[in-house]
Amino acid sequence: MKPPPFSYRRAASLGEAAEWLADLGGEAKVLAGGQSLVPMLSFRLARPSALVDVSRVPDACDLRHEEGRLRIGALATHRQLEHAPLEELPGGFALLPRAARLVGHPPIRLRGTFGGSIAHADPAAEWCVLATLFDAEIVALSRAGVRTIPVAEFFRGFFATALRPDEVLAEVVLRHGGREAALVEFARRHGDFALVAAAASLDGTPERVVEPRVVVGGVHDVPFRSAAAEAALAGAALTPEAIAAAAAAAAAEVEPASDVHADAAHRRQLTGTLVRRALEEVRSRWRP
Amino acid sequence: MEAVTRENDSQLVSIVVNGVRRDLTVDCRRTLADVLREELGLTGTHLGCEHGVCGACTILLDGRSVRSCLLLAVQADGRVLETVEGLADDDGTLHPIQEAFSEKHGLQCGFCTPGFLLSVRELLATHPDPDEELIRNWLSGNICRCTGYQNIVEAVQYAAELTRAEALEPAART
Repeated sequence: MKPPPFSYRRAASLGEAAEWLADLGGEAKVLAGGQSLVPMLSFRLARPSALVDVSRVPDACDLRHEEGRLRIGALATHRQLEHAPLEELPGGFALLPRAARLVGHPPIRLRGTFGGSIAHADPAAEWCVLATLFDAEIVALSRAGVRTIPVAEFFRGFFATALRPDEVLAEVVLRHGGREAALVEFARRHGDFALVAAAASLDGTPERVVEPRVVVGGVHDVPFRSAAAEAALAGAALTPEAIAAAAAAAAAEVEPASDVHADAAHRRQLTGTLVRRALEEVRSRWRP
Repeated sequence: MEAVTRENDSQLVSIVVNGVRRDLTVDCRRTLADVLREELGLTGTHLGCEHGVCGACTILLDGRSVRSCLLLAVQADGRVLETVEGLADDDGTLHPIQEAFSEKHGLQCGFCTPGFLLSVRELLATHPDPDEELIRNWLSGNICRCTGYQNIVEAVQYAAELTRAEALEPAART
């Protein structure tokens, strides 16, 4: 349980980090909060020859709301999102502080970062699910400049993303908050990664739902957007029947694998239950 | 045998631990927990899982609780740390949090206790009168296999009482 040898450099800016990543030629990993990377080093699942520490880069942790979009600096911590002022987070984005409380435990939330979670790309991670739900754009910085990657092209598989080895994640832009949103999950223990997580965001009115988005985490190798569940909701009234139909559609659509934590049937059943609960929560928030 | 070394494999780190400044050269790959225990002899910081799950290695970094197994020692450069060794007075008088854990039987084997004590220290510094729900949420990342947690919750409530009483004392004297 000891990390393998590597060199370590602390960057003063994301630009400097990008320069070093270019020089180090693909053998380096970016270290932010380290709450996932350090255990991976300890288990020797990751064996970079160099770490580029960006955790002390100033001004890379801002939350900015502009024109319906929420821009989240890569180094915003889970705890920062947990305590984000709600009045600055209109519509569905007000889900973020509630969701942050599901991320690990207080010490993890102090160090761990939003951008780090996105770059780590665990398909059950709260922020990866919500990046998909909120139609994120991921802003990556390299020596060559800035590149913007839509979330649908960003997650490539378990712990795999479209980031190149010479790129550092600079910012995540959430583009579509909807009117209301909810995230629910089932985990074996408080603070664990979810076995299955389900998130929903809806626009329009309870009488006529517009632009529904339903995302399930922990069932596929990337967060899964359920087109079937969304089709069941689009244009419908948000009735218990519509919610049940969307939940059943999502459960039928997912193709979960079995692993040591849960078999496929269990994950499929959880999908139906959690999509229903997420939609019920949206409904109760709409009609308190 | 020739040792294989790379540029920047070790670095000079300057940290303040329990009020004492320490300058030392550490391997970049060493976790803060290992450096505290093996370089500085502060073995009160316990290592349970070494991957951030159990909370036994929790210490304070600039007053906030962190997992010392999830931090590299080089990342702590320039920071102020507090470990369980920093809680009691030099004459052995227990810190109110330690006193409360002792009084309320908030420990049995004691392996997880250092992590609990430091987590509670941050909790009480920010929430002088936490209710049970907050205490249980706050300590959700600290695993204890002995107590069943009930006595730990009671110890934290008692520690809060002792800490508030201590805070009032100087005012009562004037």
